[in-house]
Amino acid sequence: MMKEGINLDAKSKGHKYYQEKHEELEKGHDYLVALAGNPNTGKSTVFNALTGLRQHVGNWPGKTVARAEGSFKYMGKRYKLIDLPGTYSLLATATDEEIARNFVLFAHPDVVVVVVDSTTLERNLNLVLQILEICNRVVICLNLVDEATRKGVNVNAEQLSIDLGVPVVPTVANVGKGLDDLVEAIAGVASGTIKTSPRHFALKAEIREALNEVVPYVKKVVGDVPNIRWITMRLLEGDARIREALENGELTPLAKSNPAVK
Amino acid sequence: MVTPTETELKELFEKVEVVASPIRGSLHDYIVSSIYADAEAIASKAVSKAEVSESDLGARIDRILTSRTLGFPIMIALLMAILWITIEGANIPSQILMAGLLWLEDQFALLFRWFGAPAWLEGVLVHGTYRGLAWVVSVMLPPMAIFFPLFTLLEDVGYLARVAFNIDRFFEWAGAHGKQGITMTMGFGCNAAGVTSCRSIGSPRERLIAILTNNFVPCNGRWPLLILIATIFVAPTFPLAISSVIAPFIIVIMTLIGVLATFIVSALLSRTILRGEPSFFVLEMPSYRRPQVLRVLYTSFIDRTIRVLYRAVVWAAPAGAVTWILGNTYISGETLMAYLADILSPIGLLIGLDGVVLLAFIIAIPANEIIIPTIIMSYMGTSMITELESMFELRVLFAAQGFTFVTAICLMLFSVLHYPCATTTHTILRETRSVKWTLLSNLIPLAVAFTVCFVVAQSLYALGFS
Amino acid sequence: MLVRRPIERKSQLSENSGYKTLAEMKVGQRAKVVQLMVEGLIHRRLLDLGLLPGTEVRAIMKSPLGSPTAYDIRGSILALRPEDASKIVLKTSSSRHDEGGN
Repeated sequence: MMKEGINLDAKSKGHKYYQEKHEELEKGHDYLVALAGNPNTGKSTVFNALTGLRQHVGNWPGKTVARAEGSFKYMGKRYKLIDLPGTYSLLATATDEEIARNFVLFAHPDVVVVVVDSTTLERNLNLVLQILEICNRVVICLNLVDEATRKGVNVNAEQLSIDLGVPVVPTVANVGKGLDDLVEAIAGVASGTIKTSPRHFALKAEIREALNEVVPYVKKVVGDVPNIRWITMRLLEGDARIREALENGELTPLAKSNPAVK
Repeated sequence: MVTPTETELKELFEKVEVVASPIRGSLHDYIVSSIYADAEAIASKAVSKAEVSESDLGARIDRILTSRTLGFPIMIALLMAILWITIEGANIPSQILMAGLLWLEDQFALLFRWFGAPAWLEGVLVHGTYRGLAWVVSVMLPPMAIFFPLFTLLEDVGYLARVAFNIDRFFEWAGAHGKQGITMTMGFGCNAAGVTSCRSIGSPRERLIAILTNNFVPCNGRWPLLILIATIFVAPTFPLAISSVIAPFIIVIMTLIGVLATFIVSALLSRTILRGEPSFFVLEMPSYRRPQVLRVLYTSFIDRTIRVLYRAVVWAAPAGAVTWILGNTYISGETLMAYLADILSPIGLLIGLDGVVLLAFIIAIPANEIIIPTIIMSYMGTSMITELESMFELRVLFAAQGFTFVTAICLMLFSVLHYPCATTTHTILRETRSVKWTLLSNLIPLAVAFTVCFVVAQSLYALGFS
Repeated sequence: MLVRRPIERKSQLSENSGYKTLAEMKVGQRAKVVQLMVEGLIHRRLLDLGLLPGTEVRAIMKSPLGSPTAYDIRGSILALRPEDASKIVLKTSSSRHDEGGN
């Protein structure tokens, strides 16, 4: 069981996500996995395939957006899977995006699985690249491969994996193909056996300069966290939630008391 | 956890302000275009596309489904096909269920008598409550259990987005949101679900329009009613050769009237009490997915069956009890039912219905599925017939009560256009959080239903129908 | 009161200048996005969908009633009404050497 030092005194909204993860881990789950992706990528098919009947649908707290959660077992470990709302991006301020962003950022899932439509890779990469900025432990589920083939589109998963720095697993979720590999990749990333080095997208000159100027100040406040670029970008854009999180210390790394037994 | 110091924070935020202000307007664009430039770079290495752009099967199908000549006819034909399959497929199961459940009713009656239970108790529980249940299950369940899975298949395949694409111009004309095409088609399955799906419409004005008009398309509870009336009362008046096609045809006409009402009422609303400009929207047309046919059929079949049974117990059983009580309580020599029906009769005749039918609609406010069973039980209660062995005896029963061709047409029209069921009304209240709009969501359809039925009934009378 | 403004809005850009709007594309044509004439949330929404300056789009099909039109945008099929499509400016030259500054 993973245990992390969690400050239950945090006043902000991020607090409830911490608490939730804590509760989940207490209930006997070993790892918390988030499922993200554009709408219409077959994300729910993947979710259903992984969790089967062991799922439960409710609402995100305080919102009218549906939330599905379930669990699955693999090699003796139990994984809790949360289906995030389908979003095109995490930058704008729509409710769905807020929910997804907040979860990835504040609930510290052990793995974020991004379901990607092989036929519209470029657009899907928008979300992928953003998630790679926020979180290190990512697995890409390259879904709808059969459709891509039908359209004459061939995606080289290995090349993609090299370029993105994270595992990329091709799947055809609605017939169950590739799901074993997916679960294996999830397990590997969660436990740390698979190491990831997520790509940070190249910045246009104008932002690069702006970022370089501000990053040192952010570092003083938050430390040398992996997602410092992203935090800085959000600050520059005037994201109030991130600002609040900085003030409350939600984004400083948690004090890890007992490292996970893996 | 280390909480940052005040000065560190202050310095940070000041620095951010200084750096961000000059570029604030284009910052977002720079970030997104950086992301996409990177995405393009990655994709160009990882993706290889063969030159098959035009011969893609999905594209070819789309061209047909949205073509000037075939687009609409195919939509109509598909709906007719689904209805035809539903009618033919539900026939035998309905008869079996009806025979079995009514046989059970007799056994229950015997049981009650054996226990020496008072006649009124037997009446309320067995001939009222249980019979209401039995009618809903045997008359309503088979069609619903067939229609809904077929419809879900269409949805899964991705066809409904094409339907929305085809008809969007009407919604544009009506000043309504493009997604209303989708929410309207969801209403074909269940109006409560249709109303909930209106959440996907961002602008409150357009969401309200979509919610208020969702009820004009027949939902699951009403398809069986339309099927029954069309099959038993309307189709037989046509030559036998085409009668099996007439029923789906009539139902499609009714549906189109409902869709037309959706457009017209949406247009009226957006020019009067819900004025405004249509908001920007993008309709994403997903590629055709091969649905897991068996899985969909199975899960939605089970889902429908459970749902129908649940609603049967919750709504049909009490309604059955109420109907029995009305039919067996006497006021100055006549039954309460006849008394109430007489009061309602003048209004009913105005719009082509009779008092019993109107009364049934009132009793059946909670759920559409029980309208027909309530009418059946009401008619049976006031006649000497205590058994119905086949569907076609229904025709005799109804005709004996004065049910005519006009009644059949107006009944179908009224059921398509009238107020939403209790579940949907409750959903509307929850979604709009406004008593005013929830009231309107019931009054507007009622007014429309009355007006249309009045016009149609009077026209038919004038043409010589009775 | 019943009739709204005409569907095909001719933009001020003439064909000769090499620019036109998304609404003016005919089925089968390709063009590259040059500018988005909308701000705020709609602008962001378009960006999220991959419709930003430099993107190549292709008009795929038109509804039987004339509108909306569906476009191929980075592999996905998106349909827009003419009113909205008229806000997206494209360059008609199909020159392949055009790297698109962004």
